[in-house]
Order: sequence, then structure tokens, then C-alpha cells
Amino acid sequence: MSVAQETPVTTKQTPPSPPRRNGRWAGYTHLLAARMLELKREPEVVFWVFVFPLLLALGLGIAFRNKPADATRVAVVSGDDAQHVVSLLQSSPGHTAIHAVIVDVAAAKNGLRLGKYDLIIEPPRDGQVVYDFDPARPESVLSRDEVDQALQSALGRKDVIVAHSAASSEPGSRYIDFLIPGLLGMNLMNSGMWGIGFALVDMRQRKLLKRFVGTPMRRGDFLLAIMTSRLLLMVIEIGLLLVFGVIFFHMRVLGSVFSIALLGGLGSLTFGGVGLLTASRAQKIESISGLINLVMMPMWIFSGVFFSYERFPAAIHPLIKALPLTALNDALRASILEGTPLLQQWPRLLILGLCGGISFVLALKWFRWT
Amino acid sequence: MSAAIQCRDLRKTYDGKVEAVRGLNLEVLTGECFGLLGPNGAGKTTTIEILEGLLAPTSGEVSILGHSWRDDEREMREWLGISLQETRLSEKLTVRETIELFASFYREPRSSDEVLEQLQLTEKADSWVGKLSGGQRQRLAVATALVCNPKILFLDEPTTGLDPQSRRQLWDIIRAFQRDGGTVMLTTHYMDEAERLCDRLAIVDHGQVIAEGSPADLIERLGGHHVVEFAVSGTSADGKSDGAALQAWKGLPSVESVREDDGMVALNVKQPHLTIPALLDAIHQQGTQLQHLTTRQASLEDVFVRLTGRHLRED
Repeated sequence: MSVAQETPVTTKQTPPSPPRRNGRWAGYTHLLAARMLELKREPEVVFWVFVFPLLLALGLGIAFRNKPADATRVAVVSGDDAQHVVSLLQSSPGHTAIHAVIVDVAAAKNGLRLGKYDLIIEPPRDGQVVYDFDPARPESVLSRDEVDQALQSALGRKDVIVAHSAASSEPGSRYIDFLIPGLLGMNLMNSGMWGIGFALVDMRQRKLLKRFVGTPMRRGDFLLAIMTSRLLLMVIEIGLLLVFGVIFFHMRVLGSVFSIALLGGLGSLTFGGVGLLTASRAQKIESISGLINLVMMPMWIFSGVFFSYERFPAAIHPLIKALPLTALNDALRASILEGTPLLQQWPRLLILGLCGGISFVLALKWFRWT
Repeated sequence: MSAAIQCRDLRKTYDGKVEAVRGLNLEVLTGECFGLLGPNGAGKTTTIEILEGLLAPTSGEVSILGHSWRDDEREMREWLGISLQETRLSEKLTVRETIELFASFYREPRSSDEVLEQLQLTEKADSWVGKLSGGQRQRLAVATALVCNPKILFLDEPTTGLDPQSRRQLWDIIRAFQRDGGTVMLTTHYMDEAERLCDRLAIVDHGQVIAEGSPADLIERLGGHHVVEFAVSGTSADGKSDGAALQAWKGLPSVESVREDDGMVALNVKQPHLTIPALLDAIHQQGTQLQHLTTRQASLEDVFVRLTGRHLRED
């Protein structure tokens, strides 16, 4: 083969494209880019991951916003002294929050049962009044005390001690402050379980996983790319919700951005691991949907997303605290609302780390590619 | 020529019960297009997935260009192109993104533009996979296999469900790959595909090879050169046992075998110009009426029916 022969050939033909060499991380970067592109092009993902939590926070924040306590509604049973009782209540100093009407016995009883009235006053007979209230309803109990106080002071009872009250609804102690870290935690769980568990089973059902293992693709790179995409989304998820809370509800964030991001990352990886484990064998998207709900249900209920788990019996508190979402929610609340350093929260971080780590190892052992 | 693919005594039993492959032997030469032809459920997909190293055989040996899956999986993946029977690629990626993704897994892939052009997908390069037609999707599936510049191309039912034009396009692509020195192994249940595309093929039924050879060779050995099909009035109504009636036709000159097919008598014949006049005479003497007469070249379908008594696409 001489050089002279070669030259005309190469000038006539289009030169063969230069051999392309892929580096070690080419597969990983392409898998990650493909995953992010797919997510971006899926409007449902954008809605459920980003918009839905904001709507939830907005709705719940408005529904449970702090507002002055409602005026207590009192039914005075009609009779000779009914009008007198009503005027006493109205003349009582500082008790304008009592709204009293005169109705007959049946209407009063019915109204109390339906929650229309908080309290029934039967007009005085032999110098005694009877309060009819429902001890199971907090507002009914409150109403009894309030009305009693008003009547007593209207008739001249003197306070024996001078007491002043200071109202406190500082940012940091309101429901919305409790809610937003809970929503953050829940969102991290949801998107970890669905974003990883569901996505993997979908790819398995479409035989895409099988097609991938028919190439020299490194399996570890594939899982790493899925996890990385999760972490990138997490940053946006957390940022959006926190900024939203700060702007709309004047939420105060005491912890550092770094520690919150670290918690978010740990939470994402934990639930990514759980999602991976949940998806390790399932062949059909129907079965993975059921499995994901099964895994998430206890945490939805017990882990204190919408209300504090302190309301559950103390005996099951240790169990509740062992759930990863509880650990995540508690840690997020402590960091965001109180600025507690991460080091002081090591038991929670340990729960998250163990839960994610064990899931990950088991998932890799059981994972079915075909 | 050396062997590109070899397997010996391949067996696969699912859940200890279902025997999908029962003792299968194959040898595919380098540069050959080899087909596994058989009806649905014959064990073709199981076989090809074992050869592709995606499924572990219950027992038996597989060797691809002298390497075994046990020892060199990573290396072997670099030079095998695979298209599975049904892969649903991500619908929200474009054609080019999909090819680039697959290219990124290989050490030295071909350029995506070249592959796009070869598979006539250049126009669709920026369309989402979800918007492609069936034929385009199938070409994309083959593109993801060809992007690694494979030595061997495995195709599982590459043209199932495609329109005739798309099938022909794919055949051209497969032939071009073979012309450049590539080895092709494909499964199909279309006899015309096997006949036109494959240098050699193995007919598979119930997990075993029941015949092997070039299409022409198989047809000549087992199908007879020509098939004469006819129907005679009253054959089924006159109460004679069908078997005896059928055997009577075997005495005609140049007839190799007789069978009944869909209410017609089918004769495998070497020289139809000797058989047909004799057939007409015989019918005349019987006093019956000829209802229908066709003669055609024997096909692989006839080979399969001869071997198994069933049609390839009965289901």
C-alpha cells in the first residue's frame, strides 16, 4: 500500500468521520441529561413535583391562617328573664365577643347539637343559672367559662388578682410554619418513591432496562444518574417551597441554607434508596403503584406532615420516630424553625442514613434488570 | 469461514416446568445472515436472548466469536448490536438524543449523523420518539444497535407488525450491514423474510431445531420443488375415508408426498408437467369435477407444514 494510491481515494470519498472515543463518564452524563430532558418534557412531573406542593401550602396556609378567635355563640332559652341575661352579657366589660340570641328550648338544643351554638343558658330560676354545653367540643367548654366570667363580673364580682395578657402569634409558632417543613419532607418522600421507584419499573416494563444491559453501559452509572437527577430536582423543590413560605407567609428560616440543603439531600437519597428497593422486583406499573402506596401510607399518617404526631398515644412514639419521614420532618423543623445544628440531630440523621443505606444495598442485591 | 456464534445443547426451563428450549445446537458463520424460523412460542426469543447474554441458559454452552458470556461480558457488549422484540424507547427524547444516548455507552461508537443517514432517519432526527411511525421506530431500534459498529447484529422479530414498504426498507439495511462484513442473527415467523434475507436458517419448533440449511436447500429437500393444489367435487361428501382418498393421489407420476390442506389436496411435485396431465386424466376417469387447480413454487411454509403438520401462523 503506497501513499500515492491512497490520496485520490480519500479526496473522492467523504472522509470517514474521525473515530470518536467516549471517556469514562460519557454514559453517565448522557443518562443524566436524558433523564432531565424527559422530566422537563413531562408536564405532569412539573405539576406534581413543583406546583402541587405550592398549591397545598397555599390552601392549607389560608385555611388555617391565624385569625381572632370566633365570637362565641350562645342560645338563651326564652323566658321571663331571658332579655335580662342578654343585656347583662352585653353590658359586661371586655366581653364583646359573646353573641347571644333568645330561642325556644327545642331550637336551642338542636342548635347546640349541630354546632350552631356553643352554649345554652337556661334563664335563672331561684337565683341559679344552668349552662348546657358539650364537654367534647373545646369551643363549647371555652364558651362556658367565658359566659360565666361575663355574667359574674356584670353582676359585680371583683377580680382578686390583676392579670395582664400578651397575645403571641409570632412567625415560627404558627400552623403554616409547622406545615411547610412537613410538606418539604412529604414532597421529598413522594418524589423519591415515584421519581425513582415508578420510573424504574416503567423502564423495566418497557424492556428499556433489558435493552440497556444489552450494551456495555455500567449499571452503577445508570443508578447514579437516576439518583443525581433526583438531587438536582430536590434543590429546586426545596428552594421553591421555602421561598414561597418566606414571601407569602413571612416565614422565618433560622437554620443555614447549607444545613437545609444537606438535610434535603440526605432525605432525597434515603427515599431514593427506599424507592429503588420497592422497585427492585416489580414487573408491572400497577404492582409498583400499590407497593409505593403501601410503603408511604404509614408515613403519611404517622410522621407528622399535617399535624403533630404528639397526638398519637405515647406508647407508639418510639415506632413513629423510627420512620424515616418522621426523622426527616423533625430534622427539617428543628433546622428551619429553631436553627438547631445538624450535629445535635445525629439520631435523626442516623435513622435516615441507615434506612437509605440498607435499602440501597438490598436493592442492588435484588434488582432485576430484565 | 470461522464460527461467529456457536451453541451446544442449549436448554432453558422456566420455573422448573416450562421447557422453552430443549437441547438446541447452532453454528453461525462469520458474515452470514442466519435466521431462526418458527411459529410463536417455538422458543426463538428465549434462544436469541440466551445467545445475547441477557438470559442464562439452564444448561449448555454459548460461544460468541470464541468468547463466553461468563468470562468476557463487558468486552463482548462492545461489539454486539441488539434489537429486542419490543423495546419501548423513551417517547419524550428525540431520535438523535436516543442514538446519542446509546452511542455514549460504547468506547468507540459511530457518528450519529452517519447512522441517522444510513437508517433514513435524518429528517426525523429532531422529532420525539413518541411521534414516529411503527417503521421509523423499528429503524430507530436497529439504529441503536448499529451505532456501536457491531460485528454481530441480533434482531428479534425485526419486521413484525410493519407494512410491506417498511419491511423492505429494513431488509435493505440488514443486507447492507451484511455486505460490509457483518454477521446477522435474526428470528422471524415470516417465511418470506427468512427466504429472502437469510443465507441459512434453522426451523425451530417446541424448542428444538427440526431442520437446518439454506432456504433453497430446505425447500428442495423437504418441500418438493412445486406444489399442485386442487379440489374435486364430492371428495369430502362421498363418504370415502379421506386418508385412503389422499393416498390414491400419490400414485400419480412425479408426486413426492400428499397432504390435505384447508379442504384442498396438496401434492408436492418434482415435475408438474408430468403430474398435471395424469391428474386430469384420473379425475376424468373418476367422473368427478375439478373445482380448483393451482400450481406454485414450494415455499418454506410447505417445509414447515411437511415437518410439523401445522402452519407457521396458525394462531
